[in-house]
Amino acid sequence: MFSYLIKRILWMVPMLIGISLISFFIMHLAPGDVTSSEASFNPRASEESRQKLRELYNLDKPVIIQYGLWVKRIVQLDFGNSFASHQKPVLWERKDKSGNITKGLIQESLPITLMINLIGIFIIFSISIVLGSLSAISQNTWIDRSITLFVFVGFAIPGFWLALLLMYWTGVSNQWLPISGLHSPGFESLSSFGQFTDLLKHLILPVSISSLSGLAGISLYVRNGMLDILHQDFITTARSKGLEEIKVVFIHALKNAVLPLITIVGLSIPGLIGGSVIAESIFAIPGMGKLFYDSVLMRDFPVIMGILTIGSVLTLIGNLLADIGYAWADPRVRKGLVK
Amino acid sequence: MKKKSLFFNFVTIIILLNFLISCSKEQSEVIDYNEEFKTSFGGSLVNAMTGEPSNLIAMIAGDSASSAIAGNIFNSLIKYDENLNYAPDLAESWKISNNQKTITFKLKKNLKWADGSPLTSEDVLFTWKLITNANTRTPYGSDYQLVKSASTPDALTFKITYASSYAPALDTWTALHILPKHILKDEDINNTFFSRNPTGSSYYKLDTWISGQQVTLKASKNSISGPPSIKKLISRIIPDTSSQFLELTADNIDLMNINPIQYQRVFPARKDLQQKIALYKELGNGYTYLGFNLKKEPFDDRRVRQAINYAIDKNEVINGVLLGLGEPISSPYKPGTRWNNPNLNPYPYEPKKALRLLADAGYIKNNDGLLMKNGKPLKFEIVTNQNKQREMTAVLIQRRLQEIGVEVSIRVIEWASFVNRFIKTGDFDVVVLGWGLSLDPDQYNIWHSSQQGPGQFNFLGYENKKVDKLLELGRKELNPLKREKIYHKFSKYLLEDSPIVYLYAGYGLSAVHKRVKGIKNPAPPAGIYHNNYDWFIPKSLRRNVILER
Repeated sequence: MFSYLIKRILWMVPMLIGISLISFFIMHLAPGDVTSSEASFNPRASEESRQKLRELYNLDKPVIIQYGLWVKRIVQLDFGNSFASHQKPVLWERKDKSGNITKGLIQESLPITLMINLIGIFIIFSISIVLGSLSAISQNTWIDRSITLFVFVGFAIPGFWLALLLMYWTGVSNQWLPISGLHSPGFESLSSFGQFTDLLKHLILPVSISSLSGLAGISLYVRNGMLDILHQDFITTARSKGLEEIKVVFIHALKNAVLPLITIVGLSIPGLIGGSVIAESIFAIPGMGKLFYDSVLMRDFPVIMGILTIGSVLTLIGNLLADIGYAWADPRVRKGLVK
Repeated sequence: MKKKSLFFNFVTIIILLNFLISCSKEQSEVIDYNEEFKTSFGGSLVNAMTGEPSNLIAMIAGDSASSAIAGNIFNSLIKYDENLNYAPDLAESWKISNNQKTITFKLKKNLKWADGSPLTSEDVLFTWKLITNANTRTPYGSDYQLVKSASTPDALTFKITYASSYAPALDTWTALHILPKHILKDEDINNTFFSRNPTGSSYYKLDTWISGQQVTLKASKNSISGPPSIKKLISRIIPDTSSQFLELTADNIDLMNINPIQYQRVFPARKDLQQKIALYKELGNGYTYLGFNLKKEPFDDRRVRQAINYAIDKNEVINGVLLGLGEPISSPYKPGTRWNNPNLNPYPYEPKKALRLLADAGYIKNNDGLLMKNGKPLKFEIVTNQNKQREMTAVLIQRRLQEIGVEVSIRVIEWASFVNRFIKTGDFDVVVLGWGLSLDPDQYNIWHSSQQGPGQFNFLGYENKKVDKLLELGRKELNPLKREKIYHKFSKYLLEDSPIVYLYAGYGLSAVHKRVKGIKNPAPPAGIYHNNYDWFIPKSLRRNVILER
């Protein structure tokens, strides 16, 4: 087991190099750089000064040399500074000589996205397990069908459309919830409990919208897993020894049915740091999705590479964790590994 | 099973009840926004922006969000007044020498930065040195590099000399925000905390900046032109305009830019919104055009360009794309300003004339109704960037040209790819794009034949010796009356040559809550925002929430 782990971790190094190389080159295949933004298409901005900017950012050098410069920085864990947001650090805050702190772009956006996605995943999994199990035990009844219908409608419905309708209903015509943003104006002067509830209120709509589309996949997984298990011999045994149906389903069957979910949880770890551009734009949430989208449009290479690198590290870690988690939860896999 | 259906019933009842409540909810007390109110200090104005400012040093930022906010914090030497004439800002007067090469600015007395330090000509000189420094990461340096020497004879005088007379000089000095030397002299301008925590001299100073969410400015005591009436300006960053609109209708923001559909369709249908929100329109600062690649056949033939100009119905485009909220133009200047030649008229919609011109150029209709010359059809591709209005414009043009037998395809592409793949390489037929209607009439960078290099702005490849000469003259002539004549002539040649088809100049549309008073309507030539320091919110109409603290 241990040597297997070491091997897996060592394998991550060449994988990361490969991923970063491919990302870097694909990024540079897209025409343009940070000096060709729409705002700089301005007769007042001369081509000479744009050329000067390209030189200052090393954008005039061949791509392979730029990659070398990037690797040189990244091995010291220096993700560099953004081109487009006035040299804001990409990853983590920086202190200047007078003690002023400039926060990093990812440092600011990641916690927000992470919070939304963690709450979202928690909600998706808890609701899906309930819905999936319910569907399975009442297979082919109206409950099963209406649950399936509900999750598929949730999956198929355009999120931005539903979001706008809900914003109108809860925010404009009823004024129950705030419409967009993360904080109300005057947030700073609220008590900490007030700040917490204010944030919670702002999160209700974005989290519900982003969870809705995730229900379908997971609840069907649970449903099918459950159906498989319910037809196995040990369940028949459990029933025949006179166990209550509720114990059969929720203790014996459910445990086994949610096993495959471990893989899905592992696989969704990289997704945790990615936000939806559309949802973030509509709800005015400064998260990772918007950050990535904007930096692609601006050709803000250090930010793009920063997000991609962190994303790929997390993907690899997620895969590893999923495997370990599976081995830990399922003795069959564990035994197979030891051999 | 029973429990389940009970639960469902419960949910249904709740939903139904809600609908009932929302339908029968009585109108909240009606506030009369149209009373007369006296100016009073205080209150906060919340507006919405689609993008976050990249930083607050305009010479480095370049995005519109940054300059909008920085404009409330910093001053330039001079500014445009509401009728777009030069007016004092930091400088109380300026003098142009007889040889038109030297400008002497006299600063107002006792100017102060927001932190109380004196603002002198040293700061102006420092700013000029900064923007012309080779290490400063600014795209706007070239205008200021034309200054051969700059000096400060005394604390209130700033004197610059150009190598040769440069007519747009004053215009460039309206755009340069003067920065404080005492704070920045030892800082690296490209990487300074000042850009997110600036000290300026204008009406407002930065209060708080919550990344990605909002920027709050508060009135500055040391403002060089006295305090503004509104105490706080809060700019919320809401990228999606539909969300902005919901926030406006829910009374959470006071001001936003709206689109023609909201202006022409939504507001007229909503009495409740009309009661509390006022709409303003002002001619925007840009125009949209169809530009030909003049280096390519058949667009090197003036008759073809003119024919296409005649075949496009500009009014149809304005009505279809802007719902009528635009003006046809015939020169690259704002209608109603002195640089606009009033004797010019846009090409009328005359498809028959278009066909005659094309016949002159050798294009004859074949049996399928397509225009052919030497066995080749007249067909081309319109390229434009992802911009809804430009896309719709291209479609309307496509249809009109199809009617006379010209085959047009449309390609829509992301901005940076558009510029680098098509514009820089010159590998395009026709583009739909926009240019600014600049306040200074100089159009040298766009139309002079020397400006055709890769990355330069005469990418259409326009060459006309007479126009070149006029553009050179106009750059040197500081006398407005003579300049006016030069640019009227230039506009005439440009219209005749038809290197571009002027499509429209759209109106800028704003919706402002009626609690904000003091906005000039109809908008003066400089637009409604030019006097935003005079806007006020009467005490009785302010939001009585914590943000007033």
